[in-house]
Amino acid sequence: MRIVKHELHQGKVSFLIWSASIGFLLAVCVFLFPEMKGEMDGISDMFASMGSFTAAFGMDKLNFGTLIGYYTIECGNILGLGGAFYAALCAVGILSKEEKERTAEFLLTHPVSRVRIITEKLIAVLIQITAINLIVYAISVGSMAAIGETIPWAEINLLHLAYYILQIELACICFGISAFMRKGSVGTGLGIAAVMYFLNLIANITEAAEFLKYITPFGYCDGADIVANGSINTKYLPIGVILTVVGIAAAFFRYTKKDIA
Amino acid sequence: MDAIKTINLTKYYGKSRGIVELNLSIKTGECFGFIGPNGAGKSTTIRTLLGLISPTSGSAQIFGRDITKEKKAILQNIGYLPSEAVFYSGMRVKDVLTLSADMRKMNCTKKARELCDRLQLDTSCKVDELSLGNRKKVAIVCALQSNPDLLILDEPTGGLDPLMQREFFEIIRERNRNGTTVFLSSHILSEIQRNCTRAAIIREGKLIACDNVDSLAKTNTKRVTVHGSAVLDGLDGVRDRMALDGSVSFLYSGDMNILLKRLSAGHITNLTISEPNLEEIFLHYYEKGGDRV
Repeated sequence: MRIVKHELHQGKVSFLIWSASIGFLLAVCVFLFPEMKGEMDGISDMFASMGSFTAAFGMDKLNFGTLIGYYTIECGNILGLGGAFYAALCAVGILSKEEKERTAEFLLTHPVSRVRIITEKLIAVLIQITAINLIVYAISVGSMAAIGETIPWAEINLLHLAYYILQIELACICFGISAFMRKGSVGTGLGIAAVMYFLNLIANITEAAEFLKYITPFGYCDGADIVANGSINTKYLPIGVILTVVGIAAAFFRYTKKDIA
Repeated sequence: MDAIKTINLTKYYGKSRGIVELNLSIKTGECFGFIGPNGAGKSTTIRTLLGLISPTSGSAQIFGRDITKEKKAILQNIGYLPSEAVFYSGMRVKDVLTLSADMRKMNCTKKARELCDRLQLDTSCKVDELSLGNRKKVAIVCALQSNPDLLILDEPTGGLDPLMQREFFEIIRERNRNGTTVFLSSHILSEIQRNCTRAAIIREGKLIACDNVDSLAKTNTKRVTVHGSAVLDGLDGVRDRMALDGSVSFLYSGDMNILLKRLSAGHITNLTISEPNLEEIFLHYYEKGGDRV
């Protein structure tokens, strides 16, 4: 597990910045809730009557006046988008950076098989994503406890689990892409995460585009659906699992045969 | 047993030529030179042997193991010094050395300390802050600290000052005396001439000569330096003629009697006739398309 340790060390600064950023924004949102709760009646009506915009963010299904409704919309976007960006960034560069930064020669001339390198790098990505989710979860729950609200455990757990699965899927897709790339991976990672996010917004706006939810992992972790239904939408999940497996398989297939520049 | 054996080893990058049907045989314990200018295929050969790139056709073995099937076992016995040493940003020298040793599942602390002392390398520095020469020293310690059976050195002295170059080759010679096989790729021919027993010359991806360094340097051509005045115009076999401070120096491959007659007809104050150095022979290989001098 020497490469895992090395990767965790290399990704330490990025991990701390993303953890602190997402955690801080979530905490600020939660701490704003008591102040906003009193004004929620008017706000909820306003948010519920913004047409497509309302649907896009799932505000037609949630009560903005409750902690879980507020958390799902406000914090869900921070965690959804922030977590997706981090997962994509973390994974899309993990293999390609060796060639981009010209360290591949150092790594690959040591007696470690490429299969082992890929496996350990994947483990490092999964550990970082798991750790950031645990930290963010702890900050969220801690913030809710701090403002004296009753914590809606079931919904919160489901929401965070869904976003965790989303991040794993995105990370595995980006991991596969990373094996094919030599440079420019950051833009690709952010682009994939952003496109997936906006596909879900489009799918929420019009029923004609609902099929997009099968493509984007944001489809199965739409906070409004999860809270309204009390479960993760398993209809969209299988394709996510397939994409995850395909991403990992592509990484092994490509990187074990790749000529290193 | 051969330390390195390649059989018709060929690598094409798409349609671009890398190496073409390379046949090399390097014996265990040998110090072997690999000569060629930039783009000749030296690095492609090394990268193929190390498994960084896959051969298009042909095969190669290191200590009898196939380079494509037993890569991990092969790399356990190889110390590789790249022409350009690049390490992970933000790491300290000692962390790089430990990482390298850990990936070999070895504890090389003692050997690393000894090498760092000899090369005057401060292990507490961050690799990003190191000069080119000091980065090279880190790469040298990484390559040598595990006491590998085979050293593959690609342009090893780039960035090292003359004193460090001397120390480096002293270490390499010690290792070679103790049985380590050395594969030294360089375009600095004096390095090859001083340190290697055999050498191969590669040109446009193909091996054009492979022999003892002495045999490669053995030729009918002589370097002639004449002080004084003599008429050399129209003399067959004269090339690489240079005039300097009342003297003229040239490579001569013609009839020695004719040269001596011409010289005796002139007024000569001093005359030197010597073997050409490997550099001059090497240039000849490239100019003449591989024919021996």
